[in-house]
Amino acid sequence: MKKKILSVGLIFILMVITLAGCGTSTSTSDSSTSDSSETTKSDVADNSSEVSDSSNDFKVGVVYIGDENEGYTEAHMKGIDSMQEALGLSDEQIIEKTNIPENETCYDAIVDLAEQGCDIIFTTSFGHEDYTIQAASEYPDIQFAHATGYQAAASGLDNICNYFTDVYEARYVAGVVAGLKLNEMIADGIITEDECKIGYIGAYPYAEVVSGYTAFFLGVRSVCETATMEVQYTNSWADMTLEKETAEALIADGCVLISQHADTTGGATACEANGVPIVGYNVDMTSVAPNTALTSAANNWGVYYTYAVKTVMEGGKLPADWSEGFAEGAVSITELNENIVPEGTAEKVAEVEEAIKSGELHVFDTSTFTINGSSIEDLMETDENYAKYKEYVFDGYFHESELKSAPSFDLRIDGITELTTD
Amino acid sequence: MNIRINGKRKKNYIYLKKRDQISMKKSIGIRIIAIIMALIFCALIIIPITHLNPLQIYLEIINGAIGNKRRIWVTIKDILILFIISVGLVPAYKMKFWNIGAEGQILMGGVATAAAMIYYGDYFPNWLLLVIIFIVSSIAGMIWGVIPAIFKAYFNTNETLFTLMMNYIAIQIVAFCVIFWEKPKGSNTVGIINSATKQGWFPPIFNLTYGMNIILVLIITILVFIYLKYTKHGYEIAVVGSSINTAKYININVKKVIIRTMALSGAICGLAGSIIVSGASHTISTATAGGRGFTAIIVAWMSKFHPVAMIFVSGLLIFMEKGSIQIASLYGLNENASDIITGIIIFFLIGCEFFINYEIKLKKD
Repeated sequence: MKKKILSVGLIFILMVITLAGCGTSTSTSDSSTSDSSETTKSDVADNSSEVSDSSNDFKVGVVYIGDENEGYTEAHMKGIDSMQEALGLSDEQIIEKTNIPENETCYDAIVDLAEQGCDIIFTTSFGHEDYTIQAASEYPDIQFAHATGYQAAASGLDNICNYFTDVYEARYVAGVVAGLKLNEMIADGIITEDECKIGYIGAYPYAEVVSGYTAFFLGVRSVCETATMEVQYTNSWADMTLEKETAEALIADGCVLISQHADTTGGATACEANGVPIVGYNVDMTSVAPNTALTSAANNWGVYYTYAVKTVMEGGKLPADWSEGFAEGAVSITELNENIVPEGTAEKVAEVEEAIKSGELHVFDTSTFTINGSSIEDLMETDENYAKYKEYVFDGYFHESELKSAPSFDLRIDGITELTTD
Repeated sequence: MNIRINGKRKKNYIYLKKRDQISMKKSIGIRIIAIIMALIFCALIIIPITHLNPLQIYLEIINGAIGNKRRIWVTIKDILILFIISVGLVPAYKMKFWNIGAEGQILMGGVATAAAMIYYGDYFPNWLLLVIIFIVSSIAGMIWGVIPAIFKAYFNTNETLFTLMMNYIAIQIVAFCVIFWEKPKGSNTVGIINSATKQGWFPPIFNLTYGMNIILVLIITILVFIYLKYTKHGYEIAVVGSSINTAKYININVKKVIIRTMALSGAICGLAGSIIVSGASHTISTATAGGRGFTAIIVAWMSKFHPVAMIFVSGLLIFMEKGSIQIASLYGLNENASDIITGIIIFFLIGCEFFINYEIKLKKD
């Protein structure tokens, strides 16, 4: 018996040694083959429909902040899956790393993907950006793309780009849905016009969140003029308990409708218990709040993933900043909860979406909001603190996500109160 | 079969006997058998749950940890950090001071390092900046270790609770500083500090990115073990650890020893914080210590404070951690899957201590 155990042990040790041996040798060949794969890429550029067969060595790497249990990452994973299906890539061609935090582990993960021969690497969380840039400078032959970031254009590297979606458009439309619901509540006598207060669960107090809640609020106010809003930050992207507690606090404070820019369904759970309508984010929340979830603003990342992978496969070049909205199908709102949305909502939603697509309606139309009582145009002339917005504000609206893919609207407009600020 | 441990009945066929001594060969042998049995046991769990070949999973774990040069270096870097933290814990544990505050001491060292990099980055040459970093990070960790020690020495407070609470204060201080230094505002991340100038970064030595980490860890380890083994201070620590009354009897100033030893222990953990920030991550967040201050406790105790054993144990833990990322990405498993494997291995390793201390004897009637 003893001998048997010993021999098993020896086999195991042998395995370790041999494997360590071949591992090191492949790593050197990996780096040398990266050039040759470049050439095969351009060869297949013409017959793009047959790309899948001839470019079997094309590899896509993805770094996620979380895993499928968290809405934001789930949305990205779905995007990658739809890209894989659209381009016909095999499972081996996509290497995904989940639960990668925003520290040097991220750099290690990216480099590991690079060494495994990935031709394009996506990183998905804001804090991954520095590490992506660091890796991009060391692997000039690989294309890097970072979601939600803002530094690619200024980094001086031509193999890194930023991408985002015009999710503010979806939030605006979701806001219209919320506004119609508020109107219905007023008509039914549940609340008075002055009680139209919305509660908003925000993650962090910076442009991405501010842009989102402002768009949502403007959507609401386009149909329900007396609405006001309170924003409470959680200082966390995904904290189920905290979001639930925040929603409860907002409801206790008199908010009659809740929306969120945070990644879990914690808020929806609290709303379902209290019978308060909620507009979610990223995922359809009717599974946890069947009687209160109206709809959710959602990103369809697959549009970019398909575009980016296809472009790089064909040897093309990606723009330093990419952000699209309804026009390209990159954002949407999830299916309306027909049981609780007011009649006529679907028609109104279709009308607003169409207006946004055609460019007839601009979400951040400067005539629709004021700051401390004055319009942004006036402030830019009189107050030097606002002069920097001249870049973005012209032709009567704030050009969100046009200069840079990442949101830049960080004005605090009248009608919205932030409950916590630092 | 009628098994009774140390039973007095005559029917016993198997009984346990405490070993007087065990040869090095035998004790290592028992541990290897334990690991192999753990892996077999893991396989029995893997097959029904995942329907994957367990051998393939083990091979991928190995591949993920040491599959290529890069991976080997990343693994080494993390082993060094876990190892140096456990080295920092050894003096305190030899004294039977239950310091579970390494996490906080690391964070304080890390935050001091980040502050030095941010505020002094432009004023000093890199070597001088690194010296400053080592000094401030050690002092920061030392303060965090000495506070509970003083309370223990003078008021006999419970050091386990005290050090644990100090961790939370440290986490809050880091959270505060992150908001203070965050870039851009509101994003809650500091980003890579001095990424353009590389001020306050460990320079590569002998062409090795982590050369300086190795040298630093080696020097500290040797000094600590000389201090514990061959100096009067080291002896005093051992006496206080085994019996405070004996220590008092032979005129050792127990209060002084407690404070002095925790100062040393805290300083090393603080320095470990600077190795993490300056030598690896170049950023600071509340996750900088990442639970390693607690894992290091397992490392120190499982190796019975033996430095070589500590390298092996920290190596094993990091190895499994790195492998876990690989199998998670390859098979679409959750990282938790390999946490289970690591847990089982640790369970078997701790369990096998029983067979190192006792031997099973067969009694023939």
